Amino acid sequence: MSDIASDVIAIVTKKKRVDKPTVELSDRLEALGLESLDAVEMIFDLEEKFDIEIPFNANTNNPRTEFDTVGDVVNAIEKLVAKKKS
Amino acid sequence: MIGVRRVVVTGLGAITPLGNTVATYWDGLKGGVSGLGPITLSATPEQLTQKVVAEIKDYDPLKHFEERELATLDRVSQIAVIAAREAIANSRLSFDMTLSVRTACIIGCGVGGMMTLDETYRRVYLEHKKRVFPLSIPRLMVNAPASQISMHCGIRGPTYVIASACASATHAIGTAFHMVRSGAVDCAVTGGSEACLTFGTIRGWEAMRVMAPEVCRPFSIGREGMMIGEGAAVLVLEPLERAQARGAEILGEIVGFGMSADAGDLTAPDVGGMSRAIEGALIDAGLKPQDIQYINAHGTGTTANDETETKALHQVFGEHAQKLAVSSTKSMVGHALGAAGALEMVATMMAISHGIAPPTIGYQGPDPACDLDYVPNKARAMTIEAAMSNSFAFGGLNAVLAAKKFS
Repeated sequence: MSDIASDVIAIVTKKKRVDKPTVELSDRLEALGLESLDAVEMIFDLEEKFDIEIPFNANTNNPRTEFDTVGDVVNAIEKLVAKKKS
Repeated sequence: MIGVRRVVVTGLGAITPLGNTVATYWDGLKGGVSGLGPITLSATPEQLTQKVVAEIKDYDPLKHFEERELATLDRVSQIAVIAAREAIANSRLSFDMTLSVRTACIIGCGVGGMMTLDETYRRVYLEHKKRVFPLSIPRLMVNAPASQISMHCGIRGPTYVIASACASATHAIGTAFHMVRSGAVDCAVTGGSEACLTFGTIRGWEAMRVMAPEVCRPFSIGREGMMIGEGAAVLVLEPLERAQARGAEILGEIVGFGMSADAGDLTAPDVGGMSRAIEGALIDAGLKPQDIQYINAHGTGTTANDETETKALHQVFGEHAQKLAVSSTKSMVGHALGAAGALEMVATMMAISHGIAPPTIGYQGPDPACDLDYVPNKARAMTIEAAMSNSFAFGGLNAVLAAKKFS
């Protein structure tokens, strides 16, 4: 597992609201019980951790569809981190 | 003295992103003008993601205050005093000692003197200065707008600020209305003020992820969120008998006030809480749902508020909901937060007295979840016998006022 993936899992684990011992890349955010404010907080944590800006507007973006699974979040972060380095 | 009296509005004042007097504000509202524009008040606006807010324009404090006075006045208090002076002049009241001690000054404000706080923090944390401005504390205290109106206008009765975020001014006006109605006071100068468009505040709202990038289009398909703004508005309230005895011009009557709390989510709106506040205002007013023609909606432009407010209106008004004209003046002046309810109550009183429903601008077409008549893009001439103004705040705090044409 990449460093980014384990960092994302650590952040999602803090926000999840269901009693599940481990978070997997295939887990759906909705199934982990993330509510809208949790998503906003998670995005803040991810931006802080990776020093990136994630374009996200709660009115027009739905984190549960755009980031369906934890793996989707990891892919998005990897792209933004790569863009920042280039 | 104590009883139930009719409460009329005899003075209005406003300083808003559309105009710095009630007349210019109303011209903008009925003309469907946008008061949004580039950020100029914040330090280093180029570092902000948000590029557009709703600021007051063409404002020179020295045209209203002496330099010495300004040392004691944060922008939030300056504009509160300016709106109060206009409302009091409009009412033609003069506060002799007899009236002064019987007059309340109840003002809504969400966060107080943020300009002073921002400047002070920049000074100590960024510039590492050892000292701050000597009057920083009394400038930034959240009660300052009410205190400064009291001092500048000579009001000596019950005076305080109510802070309930975006419902502050509606809670303030409703409380003042009840005080006048009960006979606790013989006059009230009431409304709201907010001036918090600082770098830190805008960053805070950016982090909420609820702001539209450029255009605020409440209830519309394709809406992208709210737009923060600033402003102050003040109403003078009097018992009907007193206003008639002195031959005052009566601009309308406030008839009901309802309040509720969601006791649920911190930020997500709640149909039940909204409905209870709207119903409460109707009951307090002795009005039936079908008596209302116009609603000045909370209408922030966020997906969640506009859908939920629409559901609440359906719940309270039933079939009559489809006959209501519902508009969000926030589409033009942005969301002035703790002052919003006052700006909107002034708009509502003007709508009633002029028989014109101001529009919801930026409206592109119906969202299936928002299926009422939102007075899209153009003001509408219509008879308004009774109207309501809704305010719903973060923290789940709801406040609604009902007003009638005076007859």
